[in-house]
Amino acid sequence: MTEDPKSLSCADFQAQLPDLIGAGENVAIHPHVLSCELCRALLADLETIAEAARQLFPSVEPPEDLWEHIESALQHEEDRSDLK
Amino acid sequence: MPNSRFPTQLPDSTPAGGEEEMISPAPTAPVTPPAPVGSSNSADGDILARAQAGDHHAFAQLYSLHKRRIYSLCLRMVGNVAEAEDLTQEAFLQLHRKIATFRGDSAFSTWLHRLAVNVVLMQLRKKGLSLISLDEAMDPTPDEGPGRSFGAPDLTLTGAIDRLALERAVNDLPTGYRLIFILHDVEGYEHNEIASMLDCSIGNSKSQLHKARLKLRDALRAQASEETRP
Repeated sequence: MTEDPKSLSCADFQAQLPDLIGAGENVAIHPHVLSCELCRALLADLETIAEAARQLFPSVEPPEDLWEHIESALQHEEDRSDLK
Repeated sequence: MPNSRFPTQLPDSTPAGGEEEMISPAPTAPVTPPAPVGSSNSADGDILARAQAGDHHAFAQLYSLHKRRIYSLCLRMVGNVAEAEDLTQEAFLQLHRKIATFRGDSAFSTWLHRLAVNVVLMQLRKKGLSLISLDEAMDPTPDEGPGRSFGAPDLTLTGAIDRLALERAVNDLPTGYRLIFILHDVEGYEHNEIASMLDCSIGNSKSQLHKARLKLRDALRAQASEETRP
């Protein structure tokens, strides 16, 4: 049984969205989206979040003493392998 | 450390070739995979070759070149400073063990980035996130799932996202959602790469990313509603 995409309720369409996206569909041109302002706004919000993500979490320096810990661990590993 | 073969003084931490900031490209540009650092630079290539030959000073230089990027990656993925430090250490220990196996099929920075991602994923597996049953691990209970948007479009986010609020929302995501979101939207990995790393299907990666973004939208809308409440 095939459901008319245009007659889908927003609830039904949004329930299907993860599967549609997972299947690789271009949901921006889905008949429901083309006729539904609410769902277009939803997709626009998600796109805005994806774009904003690119500016998130600027890189930061690790603590200065981290190298000392790594160096010590490396030395420990080498000492162990020398004993073998 | 007496008789240490490792330099106690790190070389200048400013990379010769310029380590790129993790700030992503302009919003209109497509997200790209982690950008290579240095492999095309002959000076960095020389450092790499010496490190592969067992030169510990060169290895320390590699650490200086890549520490910021790897630590930042770990911090984003786990959202916890102490864990990020441990994971960064483990990533460089793994690098030390495996560096001789790097054959240059990809940029060194890409290879190292992927190695670090795997270190984090391995740690998460140890902590109980089963990536084999990722669907279950990432699918929250219905009560925790992302909300839907059946009411009037009273609040849209376009053009009004507070970066810090979004970072907080990302850190509050369940682990599986956060992993997918960080790997794809922040770090720029493609779905096929994420599927390979997380041992899930490409479709699963896509649908989980969608759910993660929905959950973030819910969090941002809830926060905005709080702020506008009289």
